Amino acid sequence: MTTTDHTPGRTAHPAPRLKTSAMIASFADPGQKTTPAPFGHALNLLAEERPEIVGLSADLAKYTDMHVFRDRNPDRFFQMGMSEQSLLGTAAGMAEVGLVPFASTYSVFATRRAYDFLCLDIAEPGLNVNVVGALPGLTTGYGPSHQATEDLAILRGCPGLTIVDPCDALDIEQAVPALAAHDGPTYLRLLRGSVPRVLDEYDYTFELGKAAELRTGRDVVLISTGLMTMRALQAAERLEADHVDVAVLHVPTIKPLDTAAILTAASSDRLVVTLENHTVIGGLAESVAATLAYAGQGRRIVPIALPDEFLAAGALPTLHDRYGLSTDSIVSRVKAELHGSGRTAGDDAGDPPSL
Amino acid sequence: MAAPNTAAPAPTTGPTTPEPLPTSADDRIERVTAAAQRIRGYALHMGEVQGQGYIGQALGVADILAVVYADQLRYRPQDPHWEGRDRFLLSIGHYAIALYAALAEAGTISLDELDTYGSDDSRLPMSSMASYTPGVEISGGSLGHGLTVTTGVALGLRHLGNPARVFNLLSDGELDEGSTWEAALACAHHGLDNVIAIVDVNALQADGPTAGVLRTEPVLDKWRAFGWHAVRVDGNDPSALVGAFDEAAAHTGSPSVIVCDTRIGFGVPLLMEREKAHFMRVEEHEWKLARTQLEEGSTR
Repeated sequence: MTTTDHTPGRTAHPAPRLKTSAMIASFADPGQKTTPAPFGHALNLLAEERPEIVGLSADLAKYTDMHVFRDRNPDRFFQMGMSEQSLLGTAAGMAEVGLVPFASTYSVFATRRAYDFLCLDIAEPGLNVNVVGALPGLTTGYGPSHQATEDLAILRGCPGLTIVDPCDALDIEQAVPALAAHDGPTYLRLLRGSVPRVLDEYDYTFELGKAAELRTGRDVVLISTGLMTMRALQAAERLEADHVDVAVLHVPTIKPLDTAAILTAASSDRLVVTLENHTVIGGLAESVAATLAYAGQGRRIVPIALPDEFLAAGALPTLHDRYGLSTDSIVSRVKAELHGSGRTAGDDAGDPPSL
Repeated sequence: MAAPNTAAPAPTTGPTTPEPLPTSADDRIERVTAAAQRIRGYALHMGEVQGQGYIGQALGVADILAVVYADQLRYRPQDPHWEGRDRFLLSIGHYAIALYAALAEAGTISLDELDTYGSDDSRLPMSSMASYTPGVEISGGSLGHGLTVTTGVALGLRHLGNPARVFNLLSDGELDEGSTWEAALACAHHGLDNVIAIVDVNALQADGPTAGVLRTEPVLDKWRAFGWHAVRVDGNDPSALVGAFDEAAAHTGSPSVIVCDTRIGFGVPLLMEREKAHFMRVEEHEWKLARTQLEEGSTR
């Protein structure tokens, strides 16, 4: 609401415009290099080579970049309407007869609403269905109805499901053909719209099931997944200016997890920090913790993740800052940990450490 | 069974399609009736192995399965993954005992194997699993899935130019599941006339009569309102069933549903009179009587 000061004798100034929430919000930094709809274009490229590729959507083609495929391949696109159970069951049936479906909707609907169909119809028979979930974690300020903050926690328990959390446009472009080539069910945490492009500045190629060391560093190792790798890289640069040497291990495949790379990364006495765009429950942090404990290498790790609560609605940059996902927050958190002030009673009690 | 479905519709329409083998209507009904009788016998046999099960439902749908497997479906018993096969998707996994009996009748699984029903390491688990049993197309157990997968199989077959048809047997209880109606909308929207849904209306669910659990009638009106070609028949009348399936096969432009009113335990009066009919426990001494009643019925 805009208000005007009518106090006599004073010049009227409009109040500063409030930052508002939006369903589709960008997490790209101002001026950052981006690529439009990388998923849709990658799927088109793949479809040229593989006639069995088909696309489905549940009334969200336009908002999951599937419209790019729909417009190029209208005879291979199937609109299922706003019915996610039907979407995933239908994708399973199409895979049964030899097609390779990509089924897109928002992550919340694919996971919370249609999980039984993903599990029983797709994963149990091990079908090559690729479920594409947009707005993963905190990538919309629309509120808990659309914030899939727990999708990894839900899906990690699904036997045989491959789960990919890409960092940027390049990751998505390379992951799409890899997911189609993988003979089994997959889930892609989709970044849609104008997607930042950062990994082409590193010697990096997406490889399903593999983590990649993007930077080496003596003091700290950031183990990150999804868009948080972008933030990890930014934080590492900022910390470098303060003479803190930070390594970044990007883990785009959440399942199966590259445990060897994680064990290696955590085998030194560096500070180990995990970063994920997901609740601290049941995602990367707990995967890394379990990996270390199962290998007898139990040690403290610092989880940067969303708190175990339903998040607020609002402007995305505000929310990323509030919940500890912004680069500023990461830098402060790492510094605090290095200076010995990071541990609090709350951490020991298992409270969400990013609060 | 060497030559099933000789009276089934030809795989494609058009001038080059050979005519179906000449089989009289009486021959078809006779063959279906005999198959249904054997399916009931196999189901009773498996029920006796376990001492319990969804025997009432198996006896109730035996006529439907007989029409499907002995008259309508195009398949190769020894090659369950043949690409040209018509698909039969059982979404009601707890009716597995009936499907195994039908697959034994079809020759896809052996009669001997029925002895293993529900046992450790058997290929015939009590709820049907596609990965376990040849001829079982989808895993059931969680209701409301069958028609969604049917939609995808039918869309996929049409996309690939494969003229095979997709049958889905669902129960009236499955009409409670919203996903069934999502799929019903999708089949109609996409004009999937290669889909034939079969609803077994036995009017009984786990918690009691369907009318009391969640009213689904008028069933026929609902399907028609969703854009389906819908007919309703006595599901224990082979002649009526054959007519309904023929009509569905001839229908084009929209999916078809055959709503079948069946009686739980049909063919075995002892089991038809059970008060607790949804999941039936049968005492040891009753099995012989049940078999005798079934055999007596067949000679009447």
